[in-house]
Amino acid sequence: MKRLLRRLRAELFATRTDAVLSVVLISLISLAAFGVLRWAFTQAQWAVIRVNSTLFAVGRYPVEQQWRVWLLTALLVAASGATWGLLRAHPRPDRTGVLWPRNDRIAATLLVVLGLWRPWAMGLTVSIQARWWGLVALLLLVRWLAGRFGRRFGPTGLRLVALMWPVLYLVGMVLISGGLGLVTVSPSEWGGLMLTLLASSFAILLCFPIGVLLALGRRSDLPLLRWGSVLYIEFIRGAPLITLLFLGQNILGFLLPGGLAPERVWRAAWVLTFFAAAYLAEAVRSGLAAVPQGQLEAARSLGLSHPKALQHVVLPQALRVALPAMVGQFISLLQDTTLLSLIGLLELLGTARTVMANPAFLGRNGEVYLTLAVLFWGCCAALGLGSRALERRLDPHAVPTAT
Amino acid sequence: MSQPSSELMIEARAVEKWYPNGFQALRGASLTVRRGEVVVIMGPSGSGKSTFIRTFNALEDFQKGSITVDGIVLSNDLRNIDAVRREVGMVFQQFNLFPHLSVLDNLTLAPVLVRKRPKAEVEKQAWALLERVGIAEQAGKYPGQLSGGQQQRVAIARALCMEPRILLFDEPTSSLDPEMVREVLEVMQNLAADDITMVVVTHEVKFARHVAHRVVLMADGEVVEEAEPEVFFTNPSHQRTRRFLDQIL
Repeated sequence: MKRLLRRLRAELFATRTDAVLSVVLISLISLAAFGVLRWAFTQAQWAVIRVNSTLFAVGRYPVEQQWRVWLLTALLVAASGATWGLLRAHPRPDRTGVLWPRNDRIAATLLVVLGLWRPWAMGLTVSIQARWWGLVALLLLVRWLAGRFGRRFGPTGLRLVALMWPVLYLVGMVLISGGLGLVTVSPSEWGGLMLTLLASSFAILLCFPIGVLLALGRRSDLPLLRWGSVLYIEFIRGAPLITLLFLGQNILGFLLPGGLAPERVWRAAWVLTFFAAAYLAEAVRSGLAAVPQGQLEAARSLGLSHPKALQHVVLPQALRVALPAMVGQFISLLQDTTLLSLIGLLELLGTARTVMANPAFLGRNGEVYLTLAVLFWGCCAALGLGSRALERRLDPHAVPTAT
Repeated sequence: MSQPSSELMIEARAVEKWYPNGFQALRGASLTVRRGEVVVIMGPSGSGKSTFIRTFNALEDFQKGSITVDGIVLSNDLRNIDAVRREVGMVFQQFNLFPHLSVLDNLTLAPVLVRKRPKAEVEKQAWALLERVGIAEQAGKYPGQLSGGQQQRVAIARALCMEPRILLFDEPTSSLDPEMVREVLEVMQNLAADDITMVVVTHEVKFARHVAHRVVLMADGEVVEEAEPEVFFTNPSHQRTRRFLDQIL
C-alpha cells in the first residue's frame, strides 16, 4: 500500500503542474466513465441486442444451417489455441520459453471471466450460453495441450501453424457457402459480424501478395512494370473507396473472368482487396527502402538468384519494418467494410440499421452503436495485439527477456 | 606462407567503367591473380579499388576490357554471373550480415539454397568454420547482438561456407574499432596460409607487408604499381606510390 502511494506520488503528483494536470484529467475521466456506466446500467435497454444477437452475428443465415457457423467458430477457436500454444512451445532460439508467462495468464483469466460472465449477463438462452462456455474451455484446453506437447513435434509444429490457417480458411469458406454435400447458402443471405469478418479477411489475405508485388514492381528496373505499378497505386489512392465500391458493382463483372465475381458480396470484397493492395504496396515500399543495399549485394555475392535474395533476405526484413504500417492498413480495412452497408450489403453496420429501423426498437440507437463500437474495437485490438507479438518475435535486436 | 601456383584465377585486362552520370571509375585497370596468391590493393579513396574488385564477382558491370575469373569469362550472361558468384566469396566493409537470421543460419542459407546441400551437413561445416574463426559459442545469437569484430568474423565464415576458390575483401577492417581490427586480421592471416586465393582492399600496412605476396597501388582508376611487399614499401618505382606511402606511413 505504501509502495503504491509512493509510486502514485512519483508518477502523478511530482510537481505542482503535474498535480493540477492529474486532478483535472482524473476528474474528467471519472465523469465520462461515470456517465457512460450510469447510462449503460440504468437507462439503456439491452433487449435490442439480446433479441437480435443472432442477427448481429450472422445476419439472415438460415437457422437450420447455423450449426455450420458454430462448427467453424469452434475450429477457429481450436486453431487459435493451437497457434498460441505452439508459439509458446517454440520460443525464439535466443529466448527461453515458459508455458504460461504473465501476459498469457492475464489473457487467459480475462478470457475465462468474459467468456463465463458475458453470455450470462446478456441473458442468452441456456444452450447458447453453454456453447460459449464450451468454446472458452476448448480454447484453453487446446492451448494447454499444444504448449505442453508441442515441443515433441520439433520445428514441424511451427510449420503446422503456417499450414493450418490457409487450410482452415478454405474449410471455412466451404462451411459458410456450402457445396461438397452441404446445402448452398447464397452470399445474399450472409450478414452481420460474419460478413464483416469474411469480407475483411478475404481482402486482407489477398491484398497482401498483390501489395507486395506492386511494391516490388514500383522498384523494378523494367519501365513498363514500374510505370504500371505507379499508375495503379496512384489511381487507387486518388479515388474514394465508396466511389470504387459503386464502380465495382457496375463494372467488375466485366473485368474479372466469369464465375469469380457473380455475386454482389464478392464484387465488393474484390474492390476492397484491390483498394487495400495499393495502400499496402506503399507500406511495403517504405519497408523495402529501409533495407540497406548491402543486404542484396551480400545475398547476391553468395550466389543467391535475385528472386531468392528477395525472398530470403530482403523481404523478411522489409516486411518486419513495414509490419506496423501494414497492420494499420488492415485495421482501417476492417473499418472500411462498414461502407458496404451503403451499397446495400447487410454487414455489421447494415444489420444495425435494419434493426434500428424496426419500430419495436425505436430510440435504441445508443445501445446498438455502442455494441458495434465495442465489437469493432475488439477485432482491431486483436489485430493490434497479434501484430505487436509478431513484431517482438521477429525483432532481431531484442535482448532476451525474462518472462 | 604457401607459394602460389602458376594457374591464373583472375585475369582483368584494361577494364573501364563509367557510371550513368558520366563519371569514369576505372580507366583501363589490369590485374592478374594466381591460385593461392594473396594480393593487397591499396590506394587513396576514390581511386576505384573497391569498384575494381566488385567487378570480379559482377556486383559492378564494366563497359570495356575483359575479366576472366577461374576460367569463366564475365559477360552480361546471367548464368555466367551466378557461376562466378558461386566461386567467389566477398567480405564487405559493413559486414552485411543478415540481421533477421541467427549466426548459424547466416552461414547455412546460401549453401542450402544455392548448392542444394543437405542442411544437417552444412550445419556441421558451419560449426567447424565458426570454431575456426573463434565464435562457435555465438552460433545461436543474432548479428545485432555481436561486436563489430565478431560480426566481421561471422561474415568471413559465411563466405567460406560456400567453399569459394577466391575470397574478395572490401576494406574488411575499416569500420571496426581499433581493438577489434587485430582479431579480424588474424583470421585473415590464417586463411592466407591455406590454399585460398585472396584479393584484399585494405589500408592495413602490417597485413600487406607480412601476409601479401603482392601489393598493388591504384590511383585514378588505374593500377599504378605492382610489386612484392618488400619492394613496394621500401623501393617503389613510381612517384605516385611514394607520395601515397608518405601520407600513410
